[in-house]
Amino acid sequence: MVRWLTKRIHLRKQRLLAIGITVVLIFVLVTLLAPWIAPYDPVNYMGGGRLEPPSASHLMGVDNLGRDVLSRIIYGGRIALIVAVSSVLISLSLGSLIGWISGYYGGLLDRTLSLLMDSLYSFPSMILAIIMVAMLGPNLLNMIISIAVVYIPSFFRVVRGQVLQLKSQEFVEAAHALGAADLRIVLLHIAPNTINSMMAVSSFCIADAILTEAALSFLGFGLPPPTPDWGFDINTGQKFLLSGKWWLITFPGLMIVLLSLGFGLIGEGISDLLNPKRKRKLA
Amino acid sequence: MISVGGLARYIVTRLAVTVPMILFLLTFVFFLLRIMPGDPVLAMLGGRNISPQLIEEYRARLGLNKPLLAQYLEYLSKILHGDFGTSTRTGKKILEDILLRFPATLELAIFGMLVAILIGLWSGTYAAIHSDRPADHAIRIFNIGSFAIPVFWIGLVLQLIFGVWLKWFPVAGRLDPKIAASFQPITRFYILDSLIMKDPQLLADILKHLAMPSFTLGLVLSGLIGRISRSSMLEVIDKEYVTTARSKGLTEPKVNYKHALRNALIPIVTVMGLQFAILMGGAILTETTFSWPGLARYLVQSVDSRDYMAIQGAVVWIAILISTVSLIIDIIYSFLDPRVRY
Repeated sequence: MVRWLTKRIHLRKQRLLAIGITVVLIFVLVTLLAPWIAPYDPVNYMGGGRLEPPSASHLMGVDNLGRDVLSRIIYGGRIALIVAVSSVLISLSLGSLIGWISGYYGGLLDRTLSLLMDSLYSFPSMILAIIMVAMLGPNLLNMIISIAVVYIPSFFRVVRGQVLQLKSQEFVEAAHALGAADLRIVLLHIAPNTINSMMAVSSFCIADAILTEAALSFLGFGLPPPTPDWGFDINTGQKFLLSGKWWLITFPGLMIVLLSLGFGLIGEGISDLLNPKRKRKLA
Repeated sequence: MISVGGLARYIVTRLAVTVPMILFLLTFVFFLLRIMPGDPVLAMLGGRNISPQLIEEYRARLGLNKPLLAQYLEYLSKILHGDFGTSTRTGKKILEDILLRFPATLELAIFGMLVAILIGLWSGTYAAIHSDRPADHAIRIFNIGSFAIPVFWIGLVLQLIFGVWLKWFPVAGRLDPKIAASFQPITRFYILDSLIMKDPQLLADILKHLAMPSFTLGLVLSGLIGRISRSSMLEVIDKEYVTTARSKGLTEPKVNYKHALRNALIPIVTVMGLQFAILMGGAILTETTFSWPGLARYLVQSVDSRDYMAIQGAVVWIAILISTVSLIIDIIYSFLDPRVRY
């Protein structure tokens, strides 16, 4: 992993990647160090006023229950990161496994699996996630599972495509001729060659999963209060929007944008590395 | 361009793929709802101090006491006859419920798509023509950034700026409550209705209510269209036929828009089918943010009250809609690109 990175990345040339990694690292550090960084308790009423605009003592204002918005935002990053990263890790493992099998064996199995995955892929993922999380019940694990299902087809498609392409390459045929077992060919010869593009897809999926998690919480299908969660805090802020309490929605929203953008930029950076020509053509 | 027989054959082959897809989604959601915890009867009756007999009675009435497979087969045969069942929440036929709300969603989706196409196509083309200049960089940053913006949040920000602070646009609903009280919809596509009624004041109010939701929905998609437009424009811009057009002495806009853009359109149209699914997902959030009385809100409310039949009905409806749209887009595609024949 580290060797992979040092071998290919000249961070100075890869501005997008460098910015993305920096943003994500800052978020990871801040959420890890939350108990020491957050100025107030994110969950309990601290005394003092309610719905106060940003000031020197509360940089991002105070919410309707008298809690410091900045402290809630710092802790809120935990849920976003945990849910997005773990659900994409699950989709990555399941999606690539099904993709390898489907692409390698082909035939009726491949056609059936592709049809199932295409059906999932073509349907609005948000709707599937809502139905699943609502039926499973709102807790951390269920949220991760519901979001994971949404991204399985993305990995399936990429991996299957790559396997189909690699299968006919000479080094795979050579392994076949030498009598290597299917599992050995897939694990040793095909899997390593799909890793690069999977890293790019993972970053894009995490970026999107952050939005999905926030949306689920915003719609009221997220973790029960008083857990600090950006999406849920925006939902609360919406109730005070008409009276002009702008800070309640603005700051959690900006955090969602920043973190999602961070992962998106990493994805862009990796894609540029994999295909230098792409840089000119795509954004 | 396309022979009628060829097109018909193509539609039939497409249906052969589409029908299993819808069937799979239906089956997936059907069993998902029933395997997972949460009981529609308890949700319906309120959940407290209910006698077991009453619960049993309701389960029998909804057919939930039968074996799972029997329920599934019964539901399949009903849906094939166009019967989506009855909602436990509203007490009405689900197809009626859906048809009542669907025009609101479609109106929003069409205008959202329009906004996305306008912004995306223009910005992408502009960036490609001014490639590697500051405008190009700015547009590229916007395109990347647009993927990271939550739809519901940008909707709230617009509400705050243009609804609460500037008071230019209303923040919720499809119509002013005063006008809505006397308004008798004909098609439920409000814009169409106002045109039929020849009522400019009504039309103005409808457009005012539609402006922010469709802009919200469109803005988020515009990045994707902008991106594809830019790359597809760059692809054709140094092709020989564009150089020929320029050397013929045609004006720059004519070269760019008539000769280059027209050919660049082909890949842009192809991705629109997929985007329609994203659009429907975005519509759920936009409808919630703007209290838009559409299908997506119906679905969320049905999920909340464990209204199995309504959830299934809405999923099937959306799946059919998405397949139809992607079929239409494929047909448009064949008109744009004469090389494609079905």
